[in-house]
Amino acid sequence: MSVDKATVAKIASLARIRMSDEELDRMAPELNNILTWVEQLGEVDVTGVEPMTAVIPNTLRLRDDVVDADPLTAGGKRDQILSNAPAAEHGFFGVPKVIE
Amino acid sequence: MAKDANTLTELGVAAIREGVAGGDFSAREVAEAFNANVAAASELNAFIVTTPEKALEAADAVDADRAAGKPLGKMAGVPIGMKDLFATRGVQTTAASHILEGFKPEYESTVSANLWKAGAGMLGKLNLDQFAMGSSNETSHFGNVISPWRRNDGGNAALAPGGSSGGSSAAVAARLAPAATGTDTGGSIRQPAAFTGITGIKPTYGRCSRWGVVAFASSLDQAGPMAQDVRDCAIMLEAMAGFDPKDATSLDMPVPEWEAGLNADMKGKRVGIPREYRMDGMDQDVVKCWEDGIAWIKDAGAEIVEISLPHTKYALPAYYIIAPAEASSNLARYDGVRYGLRDLPDGAGLQDMYAATRAEGFGDEVKRRILIGTYVLSAGFYDAYYTQAQKVRTLISHDFKNAFTECDVILAPTTPTASFPLGDKVDDPLAMYLNDVFSVPASLAGLPAMSVPAGLNGDGLPMGLQLIGNAFDEQGVLNAGLALEQRAGFTAKPDKWW
Repeated sequence: MSVDKATVAKIASLARIRMSDEELDRMAPELNNILTWVEQLGEVDVTGVEPMTAVIPNTLRLRDDVVDADPLTAGGKRDQILSNAPAAEHGFFGVPKVIE
Repeated sequence: MAKDANTLTELGVAAIREGVAGGDFSAREVAEAFNANVAAASELNAFIVTTPEKALEAADAVDADRAAGKPLGKMAGVPIGMKDLFATRGVQTTAASHILEGFKPEYESTVSANLWKAGAGMLGKLNLDQFAMGSSNETSHFGNVISPWRRNDGGNAALAPGGSSGGSSAAVAARLAPAATGTDTGGSIRQPAAFTGITGIKPTYGRCSRWGVVAFASSLDQAGPMAQDVRDCAIMLEAMAGFDPKDATSLDMPVPEWEAGLNADMKGKRVGIPREYRMDGMDQDVVKCWEDGIAWIKDAGAEIVEISLPHTKYALPAYYIIAPAEASSNLARYDGVRYGLRDLPDGAGLQDMYAATRAEGFGDEVKRRILIGTYVLSAGFYDAYYTQAQKVRTLISHDFKNAFTECDVILAPTTPTASFPLGDKVDDPLAMYLNDVFSVPASLAGLPAMSVPAGLNGDGLPMGLQLIGNAFDEQGVLNAGLALEQRAGFTAKPDKWW
């Protein structure tokens, strides 16, 4: 399966990365090389093989069902959360207008 | 009893800790000596930011504790370098990316917090490949790290310190730090350790908490120590590891006493030599190094068994689907809203801002991997690429499970070649990826693996031997590593030119 420039432009748009025409021209053959190479996986017989979901025995833990049991998620951290925001205003994240 | 500063910076973790505890020198003297080496080595570009005051502050606390007769931690008085992938409270944390430039976390990663609690101090934040994506440290927004090693041909060609933990490997090899943290997703601790003549171990997936480590590929990312020798790695890994409820994949198991358990006697142990790691056109110096390693481990009392890991050749292509897929998802968080860079062109809306910010903030290799990840996860291609790769990953893991019924630990080269000049592979992503051909399989299976320096090639550059152990058997890996270390007698160091 080879990707053309239009496909790369579509992926870039899905990934929310702006790309110039020159970048798309450069990226398309690079991605093709890599994708052609990974396609050798298709020759492996995986009949009856489950896809791996965890490399170690892993059980999800439940915390106690108590309000504010975890101080990290108990709130009261607004200023710390906003401290690295490029545009924090009035205790909120600032973003460009989204309603036309 | 002040020691000469040049002598102090030759010491490793164990020697520093014991010297400080025994009163041979103060932790402050050690921190000052390493701070001076760091300040004088800007040509190597190993650090993104230096924090000499943090190193002194931690040292003074250790000296005060000792004076007061308080018990000292495992890493008491040892200043270290911190890979700039670990969040450090109040100190810029960038993952070597423009998109995080200026980011000062409000919190401390679990691994770094564990190290400070054990008495270590921070010399600074170490350079790396951007978001840990690279094998030569050429993808950092803050410039290449230069290896302290040079070829013995009298030329001055700048060589790769390996990647992604290239700042860590260069700093330890150049004696700017007695030890450093690394992270390993597909070989990022072992490959740079091999390239610079130092020792590094990636523990079993889940041993070290990922909380506060900038995420690349979450099912693979694992932190570990990089230091001068096996014992120092054992000490530092004990300090770094431990169950952390804040990481959903953290191993809920006690941390073994790896240092106390070190034992280089390999009698009764079977060491597996994987036949699939003998590849056509392999570098003859690396082949010879591997043969030396087999002889050394036999000399230590081990029995050598030939083993087969039949899916080895598929590990790298599987990795280059799985890791970019996870990265494309993890890196979706960099949106110019909550932290990091924002690029807001005049009149742009929210979607344009995302796209402009990410175009401006990510480097080429990061973009390449996000695009591959987005493609293999996209509708219509998901099963053909991602599900297939995860099935192959299961087969690779089975290969290892089968092998460990026949042997206790596996011995192989760490890398197919020694270090190469910067610029050599940067235009050929595939050639760069092939660097990790021997390190990626253990990562996919979540197994502990370490690199031990074993010799120099014809160009006078270090080569490493890799030991891969069964899950949770870091001790077996460290012990076999120690047996090799004692017989390799690797004492070569780069001549100081910086």
